[in-house]
Amino acid sequence: MGGISQPQLIKNGAEAYLYLAEWQGRKAVLKKRLPKKYRLPALDERIRTYRTVHEPLLMHEAKKAGVPTPTIFFVDVKNALIVMEYVDGKQLKQLLNEVSNDERKRLCRQVGELVGRLHKYGIVHGDLTTSNMIYTRDGKIFFVDFGLGERTKDVEAMGVDLHLMKRALQSTHYKFADECFRNVIEGYSKVLDAETVKNVLDKVEEIEKRGRYVSERRQRKA
Amino acid sequence: MASRRREGYCLGIESTADDFSVGIVSFDGKILANIIDASVPPEGGIHPREAARHHTEVAAQVLEEAFRKAGIKPKDLTVVAFSQGPGLGPCLRTGATVARALSSYLHVPLVGVNHCVAHIEIGKLKTGAVDPVTLYVSGGNTIVAAFEAGRYRVFGETLDIALGNCLDVFAREAGLKQKPGEPFGAIIEKLAQKGEQLILLPYTVKGMDVSLSGLLTAAINVLKSGKVRLEDLCYSLQETAFSMVVEITERALAHTEKKEVLLTGGVAANKRLQEMVRSIAEEHNAKFCTVPSEYAIDNGAMIAWTGVLAYTHGITTPIEESFVRLRWRLDEVEVPWVE
Repeated sequence: MGGISQPQLIKNGAEAYLYLAEWQGRKAVLKKRLPKKYRLPALDERIRTYRTVHEPLLMHEAKKAGVPTPTIFFVDVKNALIVMEYVDGKQLKQLLNEVSNDERKRLCRQVGELVGRLHKYGIVHGDLTTSNMIYTRDGKIFFVDFGLGERTKDVEAMGVDLHLMKRALQSTHYKFADECFRNVIEGYSKVLDAETVKNVLDKVEEIEKRGRYVSERRQRKA
Repeated sequence: MASRRREGYCLGIESTADDFSVGIVSFDGKILANIIDASVPPEGGIHPREAARHHTEVAAQVLEEAFRKAGIKPKDLTVVAFSQGPGLGPCLRTGATVARALSSYLHVPLVGVNHCVAHIEIGKLKTGAVDPVTLYVSGGNTIVAAFEAGRYRVFGETLDIALGNCLDVFAREAGLKQKPGEPFGAIIEKLAQKGEQLILLPYTVKGMDVSLSGLLTAAINVLKSGKVRLEDLCYSLQETAFSMVVEITERALAHTEKKEVLLTGGVAANKRLQEMVRSIAEEHNAKFCTVPSEYAIDNGAMIAWTGVLAYTHGITTPIEESFVRLRWRLDEVEVPWVE
């Protein structure tokens, strides 16, 4: 791992450790997927390798779709390590709780547009939470953490993606989750055609009712 | 209801699925009785109407046994609680009918309890956990939850079938037979202990949720191919499915930064799952709390104890609002007694 200096732990996430470091004189983030003791080594290695390979590829593809993502500097598959550009900005998770109603509305629409671009291009993110979105000073929103993403245009996968976004809003921004999600959909609808949007939203509704305990399902049957 | 008594006894009735159970708990949290009568279908899964018929048949006897065990009389009760949902309609209705009858006959208030809330509350009572991230895994539920702003929020859950259901369906496809005291989960666990070879199966984590139906289908296909040892397949199914739910539990733990992990539900009895959850708890400097089996499976004591908590915080359920709620979500319930 030549050229990396003074890694400093910034986050002990569940999935990976994040370090702030310098790589060839640039400020960089090191993302290292450490072995999980609870998983069998064979299973663990398969999962970590898969995600380490796929994450940079998807981040690269996302740029083509017009969604800002950190530039990948270096990938070390054997050590499940990714070195990427450090994006200076604020997590949307924090920002949404601090800004005015109008600004929150605008940010959510912007998020919706970006998710729309990903889906239109055939990428699902797999973990759309506001902690995986970074707002920079020049007004861009960077998406990070594509480890659970995939290349697909399957309506089901797109529906799950939006469902996860909705759920993440409900658990971290429960005071204005519904309003946020509405605005996300507004932005999303600007990018995708009406028919796709309708199909995906129908899917979201179906997922919510599927096999799980939701009162609407009972009403629909009746 | 001008003043609520601070002492007394609550009787709780649990009947969401295949078990009929009555628990009696004192207001200070002593469990005086917890009688569980399980219905085991001769073949296939739970048939809601057959299970409900079982509940009707055993109700009187289980009630009597609970009073005898607790050493109290019906007139000593302060409140009657019942599992109002989520669960299977016919089963829930049987328990609710018994609860309404007791409540009217004894002139004591009725409290409808959410089954998932009850699992968390009894877990806290039995392990001393105060504010845990809970992994609740059973035949009908797969939920990762933690308290935040008045409710137990669902951080992760299954997008399709429950973990226990996944194991049960696989066991039936493999021709295994369960008996009283040895459910499918225990049989699979035993076989898995003899497994050596890891067979690759789909591992599907999406955000903080898991999807288990693809895994089940793949495991059944491998089974039908007849090319592998059943022991290896049970081992691989367990390892894959458990790793998925443990991964989302760890994500919730990292996200909420809570200091306790509570493992409960029927599948919590599995030693391998316990070992895995313990491992993530240690990783995040959290305390691992596993609920004793009698209180991890569906049981009346958990309904009684949650009834105590609700009643002493001003919650009762008038008979006219005591209809069962088949799909009552955990995160719909206000829990004013927490914090």
